[in-house]
Amino acid sequence: MEVALEDNNPMEKVLPPDEQEIDVELEAKEKKYLRGEGANLETLKDKKLKTQLASREKLYGKSAKAAAKIEKWLLPASAGYLETDGLEKTWRINQTDIAKEVDKLSTRNQYDIVLPDFGPYKLDFTASGRHMLAGGRKGHLALVDMMNMNLIKEIQVGETVRDVAFLHNDQFFAAAQKKYSYIYSRDGTELHCLKERGSVARLRFLKNHFLLASINKIGQLHYQDVTYGNMVASIRTGKGRTDVMEVNPYNGVVALGHSGGTVTMWKPTSQVPLVQMHCHPGPVSSVAFHPNGHLMATSGKERKVKIWDLRKFEEIQTIHGFHAKTLSFSQKGLLAAGTGSFVQVLGDSSGGGYSRYMSHSMVKGYQVEKVMFRPYEDVLGIGHSMGWSSILIPGSGEPNFDSWVANPFETSKQRREKEVHLLLDKLPPETIMLDPSKIGAMRPSRRKDKPTRGEIEAEKEVAIEAAKSVELKKKTKGRNKPSKRTKKKKELVENAKKTFPEQEHGNVAGQKRRIGEVAGAELPTSLKRFARKN
Amino acid sequence: MRIKTISRSVDEFTRERSQDLQRVFHNFDPSLRPMEKAVEYQRALTAAKLEKIFARPFVGAMDGHRDGISCMAKNPNYLKGIFSASMDGDIRLWDIATRRTVCQFPGHQGAVRGLTASTDGNVLVSCGTDSTVRLWNVPQPSLEDSDFSSEKTVEPSAVYVWKNALLAVDHQFEGELFATGSAQLDIWNHNRSQPVQSFQWKNDTIISVRFNPGEPDILAASASDRSIIIYDLRMSAPARSILMMTKTNSIAWNPMEPMNFTAANEDGNCYSFDGRKDDEAKCVHKDHVSAVMDIDFSPTGREFVTGSYDRSVRIFPYNGGHSREIYHTKRMQRVFCVKYSCDATYVISGSDDTNLRLWKAKASEQLGVILPREEKKHEYNEAVKNRYKHLPEIKRIVRHRHLPKPIYKAIGESRVMNDSKRRKMERTKSHSAPGTVVIQPHRRRRIIKQVE
Repeated sequence: MEVALEDNNPMEKVLPPDEQEIDVELEAKEKKYLRGEGANLETLKDKKLKTQLASREKLYGKSAKAAAKIEKWLLPASAGYLETDGLEKTWRINQTDIAKEVDKLSTRNQYDIVLPDFGPYKLDFTASGRHMLAGGRKGHLALVDMMNMNLIKEIQVGETVRDVAFLHNDQFFAAAQKKYSYIYSRDGTELHCLKERGSVARLRFLKNHFLLASINKIGQLHYQDVTYGNMVASIRTGKGRTDVMEVNPYNGVVALGHSGGTVTMWKPTSQVPLVQMHCHPGPVSSVAFHPNGHLMATSGKERKVKIWDLRKFEEIQTIHGFHAKTLSFSQKGLLAAGTGSFVQVLGDSSGGGYSRYMSHSMVKGYQVEKVMFRPYEDVLGIGHSMGWSSILIPGSGEPNFDSWVANPFETSKQRREKEVHLLLDKLPPETIMLDPSKIGAMRPSRRKDKPTRGEIEAEKEVAIEAAKSVELKKKTKGRNKPSKRTKKKKELVENAKKTFPEQEHGNVAGQKRRIGEVAGAELPTSLKRFARKN
Repeated sequence: MRIKTISRSVDEFTRERSQDLQRVFHNFDPSLRPMEKAVEYQRALTAAKLEKIFARPFVGAMDGHRDGISCMAKNPNYLKGIFSASMDGDIRLWDIATRRTVCQFPGHQGAVRGLTASTDGNVLVSCGTDSTVRLWNVPQPSLEDSDFSSEKTVEPSAVYVWKNALLAVDHQFEGELFATGSAQLDIWNHNRSQPVQSFQWKNDTIISVRFNPGEPDILAASASDRSIIIYDLRMSAPARSILMMTKTNSIAWNPMEPMNFTAANEDGNCYSFDGRKDDEAKCVHKDHVSAVMDIDFSPTGREFVTGSYDRSVRIFPYNGGHSREIYHTKRMQRVFCVKYSCDATYVISGSDDTNLRLWKAKASEQLGVILPREEKKHEYNEAVKNRYKHLPEIKRIVRHRHLPKPIYKAIGESRVMNDSKRRKMERTKSHSAPGTVVIQPHRRRRIIKQVE
């Protein structure tokens, strides 16, 4: 064994430094694909199960390694970036500078569509980023193919449109209009009128669950299954009117921001919020979730943006000085905030917190209504009072798409196939929970191990020692007499002893048994055989 | 200033011509797939449900015999053929694919009790209560067999008359010998009218014989005095024997681990033994509620099929205590013989109602040519089901089997009986001096003694 070790060690040293670097990089990537720690097999008693699980863990390790290698070497594209030299600052670089540097194809993504009559516009993208839906307040709905900048359909509904949302693909979309919300097909045909929910302020679609969530003007949260059409849940939030609503893509939990400064999180199977966080002293103006589900950004009307850790429900960072009407996280974790005619993009490049990354000011007088990153592209879509715009934010999008998850180049046949698979994999509403990794896991046994007598004894001893060593305060008016002090100390020790009542009880039982044993000597001969022998 | 943005040209990501395959791209990043575990669980649930929906194991019945089927034999050389014999002396060769009789072998006067084919598939040996051993030349399958209008009949190539009624026969795997069980165990050669060797067993009748697939000289037999005996043909006396509390109706050697065999017992359990160490069974396979009449191993050695007097057929894993599958129909009567097909895909059962029944070994398996994509999908479904099989929802669906009422009731009754027995045993133990009462494991409980 030792010989083998000696042989191995020099081999490791021989590795050239760049290869070592690659090893380190691959290991970091592998960790991502392992999806957490492996099972602890040491505690298992069942040998058969242990070997089965060990071989499975090995398999997981192997596949993670393979996936890491694929990510390192085989992925076709790399992420975008914006790097500066010397005194140059990334946030000073404006869109015209970028346009000079990037290729022709990318510059097509910088444009302003001016539609002053129907403004302010809400935007939504499909999961693949191929299609965009724009809904103007004054009733203008437009479905655009972003690949070839083709207007697929444009309709005028003739009443207020408060929000728009795509359903599972570009074939259907929902619009929250003045009195009811409606579902339209891609060619603009009205398919359904959703009367049950009342006049809706915000619409969001939960892709894995096929649920259309909405919050209406009287603060009711509705979940409707769009496959069957049944209302899964209708919840009275009891927090008043709000138009701040976002879905956490990681677990499907809906977050609402309220005028009292709280953010509440909801699932369809419970009438009370899962979480209530007091985030801001004033009204919450917008909420956004990081795609990995661990970060939440909120902005309050008191001109603060806060970043929260959703695993600990703790504030990580407060960004002072601006209030965002709309917030959006990109796939790579950039945070866009829009307010007035100004859009700020924050980045977390060093891991030390979000800081200025890029900014973009629109023409004076434009009011930003909605910012949203386009998936799988370095593009930020901005809906505002005078139409919509699109700007380039390098490094915001995921460069490599997966054909089976979201394919921007999807053919109609692939889309149909995808739809069937999505429906087969539709999740029931019960799977919406704060920690979705609990699904498919066993609940640990609720029974706690009873502490042994020795442990209780030791604990008691420690408590008594602690009580004895308490430094009493210096008192006046005769309460500092030695007799009083000893009395006080005694009391403390007694109190410490009292917290372990079972222990006393156990002792009594033990004593009883001992008495019985002693009494066994004096028992009549006929009963002597029942006496405990030792 | 250095800038790069994502820019995808359509040409790079789509196919050039319409004849080309669509280009697909992978990115295994977990963050692109939110709720992947929930989705996987959902798939496992769907797979479990689909398995239940597609579970249609009964392929068809082969009818033609005029009395209960007493025994069957596989043709090791021809996948489609199976021999069956009935209580009225009728022997038939069936074509499994078309489920018709190909050929008949008339001659036996009473019930045929044993049937076996030589490994090359040329000779069929039958024996019966008319005290005769008959050897038949098996007609070679040819293209003409597809004409089913005329059933052929075959004359025996040899008839050997013996002293007693014969109850079992089995052919050696490599070699010319076969063994018959009657009042004694006789070893025969194809060409001799008298046995070449005989073993007497305590004035008791041998009721089943099975040669070891690995060692041509070793065979296991069971006798009516409840014992299982292992013989070595090179020795004059039995090598070892196990006396059990109940009779063993049939024995099957595991073809992949030829030192192990499983015995189908009258008490409704099967006992797997290591042939070299018989003081306790390796595994007790419980589930049948009545005597297990016949047993046959899958050629993979991972599973075996049993037929029982409770009118059901069960499939057990070779090392599992309970059955994986139960097959029954309303019309199927007492099952007297079962066989696993040579490709491990089908199970054939012969019962008292004069029918042979053909079952799929995996109830929900898709038969026929499977496309690679389908194959992959099946594999995936199998894997996710396996991953979440311990979770209550999936476990319930996968384990659920509909049982006929008599079996269901009998299981309940036997559970009550076993529980009370166990309780009684525990009480006896707790009221006795420590060490005087030892609760034997079930693996050892039914064995009375073993003799080397």
